[in-house]
Amino acid sequence: MAIAARAKSAKSASVPAAAPPALTRDQEIFAYREMLLIRRFEEKAGQLYGMGLIGGFCHLYIGQEAVVVGMQLAMKKGDQMITGYRDHGHMLACGIDPKGVMAELTGRRGGLSKGKGGSMHMFSKEKHFYGGHGIVGAQVSLGTGLAFANAYRKNGSVSVAYFGDGAANQGQVYESFNIAELWKLPVVFVIENNRYAMGTAVTRASAQQDFSRRGISFNIPGEQVDGMDVRAVKAAAEKALAWAREGKGPFILEMQTYRYRGHSMSDPAKYRTKEEVQKMREEHDPIEQVSARMLREKRAKEDELKAIDQTVRAIVNEAAEFASHNPEPDVSELWTDILA
Amino acid sequence: MATNILMPALSPTMEQGKLAKWLKKVGDKIKSGDVIAEIETDKATMEVEAVDEGVLSSILVADGTENVAVNTPIGVIAGEGEDASAAPVQVASAAPSTPAATPEPAPAVVHTAPVHAQAHAVEEIPAGTEMVLITMREALRDAMAEEMRRDDNVFVMGEEVAEYQGAYKVTQGLLQEFGPRRVVDTPITEHGFTGVGVGAAMTGLRPIVEFMTWNFSMQAMDQIVNSAAKTLYMSGGQMGCPIVFRGPNGAAARVAAQHSQCYAAWYSQIPGLSVVMPSNASDAKGLLKSAIRDNNPVIFLENEILYGQSGEVPKLDEFLIPIGKARVHRAGKDVTLVSFGIGMTYCIKAADELAKEGVEAEIIDLRTIRPMDTETVVRSIMKTGRCVAVEEGWPQSGVTAEIGMRIMEAAFDYLDAPVARVTGKDVPMPYAANLEKLALPTVSDVVRAAKAVLYR
Ligand SMILES: Cc1ncc(C[n+]2csc(CCOP(=O)(O)OP(=O)(O)O)c2C)c(N)n1
Ligand SMILES: [Mg+2]
Repeated sequence: MAIAARAKSAKSASVPAAAPPALTRDQEIFAYREMLLIRRFEEKAGQLYGMGLIGGFCHLYIGQEAVVVGMQLAMKKGDQMITGYRDHGHMLACGIDPKGVMAELTGRRGGLSKGKGGSMHMFSKEKHFYGGHGIVGAQVSLGTGLAFANAYRKNGSVSVAYFGDGAANQGQVYESFNIAELWKLPVVFVIENNRYAMGTAVTRASAQQDFSRRGISFNIPGEQVDGMDVRAVKAAAEKALAWAREGKGPFILEMQTYRYRGHSMSDPAKYRTKEEVQKMREEHDPIEQVSARMLREKRAKEDELKAIDQTVRAIVNEAAEFASHNPEPDVSELWTDILA
Repeated sequence: MATNILMPALSPTMEQGKLAKWLKKVGDKIKSGDVIAEIETDKATMEVEAVDEGVLSSILVADGTENVAVNTPIGVIAGEGEDASAAPVQVASAAPSTPAATPEPAPAVVHTAPVHAQAHAVEEIPAGTEMVLITMREALRDAMAEEMRRDDNVFVMGEEVAEYQGAYKVTQGLLQEFGPRRVVDTPITEHGFTGVGVGAAMTGLRPIVEFMTWNFSMQAMDQIVNSAAKTLYMSGGQMGCPIVFRGPNGAAARVAAQHSQCYAAWYSQIPGLSVVMPSNASDAKGLLKSAIRDNNPVIFLENEILYGQSGEVPKLDEFLIPIGKARVHRAGKDVTLVSFGIGMTYCIKAADELAKEGVEAEIIDLRTIRPMDTETVVRSIMKTGRCVAVEEGWPQSGVTAEIGMRIMEAAFDYLDAPVARVTGKDVPMPYAANLEKLALPTVSDVVRAAKAVLYR
């Protein structure tokens, strides 16, 4: 069951999807570079985990890069972002220094949370990134609260709350939907439907598998989007963000995407076939799509893409180097930041 | 330059694993990201990806080798064009019996201490009973399976309990034996499925509700406290709630603030609930079977770090350990150490240390936190006159605070020193390895506290 085939059924969704308009060359180069940065960063994180430098839970974003990068192309300065524990890509897309993210993964003092939060719990006030949450579904109410603050302050910003297909079944999601529509809060709910919640396929956990329809009983519009195509993501994001910014209330985007790796590092992945993963990688890879298109349309030369690749590798290696050698937090940090 | 391929850590608590299969052979070219081998842990089979590029120049640990410690060199990658026979490793032997001195960065050392297998002085086991060595994980699974065979009203429900075989593999094999009617996968909807379980229990079914970890029970706490615990009382005794809530509780390893919380004290405050926390495989089995047969809601707190630890479990058709009865784990006359669950690991090691200095510590494993077996504790205090209570949870209003107060109320005149406690630090669990270690109790904390109450 290919993503493209599923996206077609979006026609039946409450708001029909438009064919993705082309990106400008600059946007396309930006998307390529950002997605590649996330991909290489996550590969490196996986390696550092295997070496014992990263501990605990570590959820990689590989395969889903187009979602966060496409959203980022449409977001404005001041818009907030919040997500769950699969959060490294979101932070990189926000423009947060990869060194700070990687050093948080290794639990060092140069990490975004001084090493105290770890992979699942990272924040950046400066970049309006509100975490990084380990409890499935919690970020949806919190993201609605960010939108409440925007409405309260009348600041014109929109909050983007990301959550998974599994999280979409939690009760507080629907309490938040009701509040968001009732009070016309500027929030875009982005459901990253990667087809599995740990080992549970969407078909085994969800009565309504068209997540764009999950807001219907609250009158929240929704759309299914090919989340492997960064152009489609950007186009949908622009529409949803505009809707929310104009004071019309929340909007739901179901991003149809796929994670290539296991749920976290210790997932045997027995619930799907190797062929399914392979097919996705070969036929729908978000990064390959962009590079192939740019080469085909002669928007970029092979050398230029190679150079980007090398720059990205250098950034990631530098981050890994920093994260491996930066010292652990001072022991006094155990007792700080408990109360303001 | 040749580089060693090291046995990777594939989960937060993995210390060793089986090298199930090499997918590359000596001489094969390897790119970063290639899957080179498969590794089996007690939880799963996982693929190992190459970190470095080059040619696989030698294999140091053969297919099928068990118990390979994390970070042991398992193979060598030579750089392109290098003499592949130039082996860089200085490993005496990669044999499984000699795992490398684990240079894993900051393992939670005190944390992973093996629990003494034998449950001493357990009145429930007749002399001459055959004992079988199994892990706590298997003991819990066996308890559920036996009770499910015995009573069709018993069923298991939770996230990933069926097809995935349990997020921590505790329900392994249950779906195969009992089928999807009785082993039920739920969506991630703790509040909802807990309510569903409680409702089913009100009709007399006996659900075992698994929380993937107890941290997620906070989503469902209202149904546990307001519905499960109070129904019998509110219905004037007409309708009870025979349900077991179980899953791993407390700190595991490096899973940080939102996933490292002990709920022993929390739930032990609630009238209408029983709270059980076993420290070894045998207790886990006997107590879980009793919990399933109990006509009240039972909070059953397990521990991920203890899951893989083996202990001797009696081979008996009816092995039930009563809820609400503590166990004297080790007899002594100088000082009483009281704990439960993983807290026992600190006490057991501390008692060994104290013995070297001539101090005979008595250790009491509470096993059940509510109802608390004050009598067994008091009997010990009457003998020793001194007490150190130990838990991994936070100090304020903790289980150890309760133990101290009970001793004051019931045995004040027997005390030769104020009761001391050793607890987790009063902070959210930090992620950094060095801080995590500081946040948890240590064996030396217990030794120090014991000496303090002995004025030594
Ligand atoms: C309240 C709660 N329940 C269970 C978990 C354990 N858990 C962590 S991630 C996860 C699966 C979530 O899947 P999904 O929402 O689809 O997101 P994805 O991992 O696919 O990005 C589960 C069950 C948790 N962290 N919090
Ligand atoms: Mg998912």
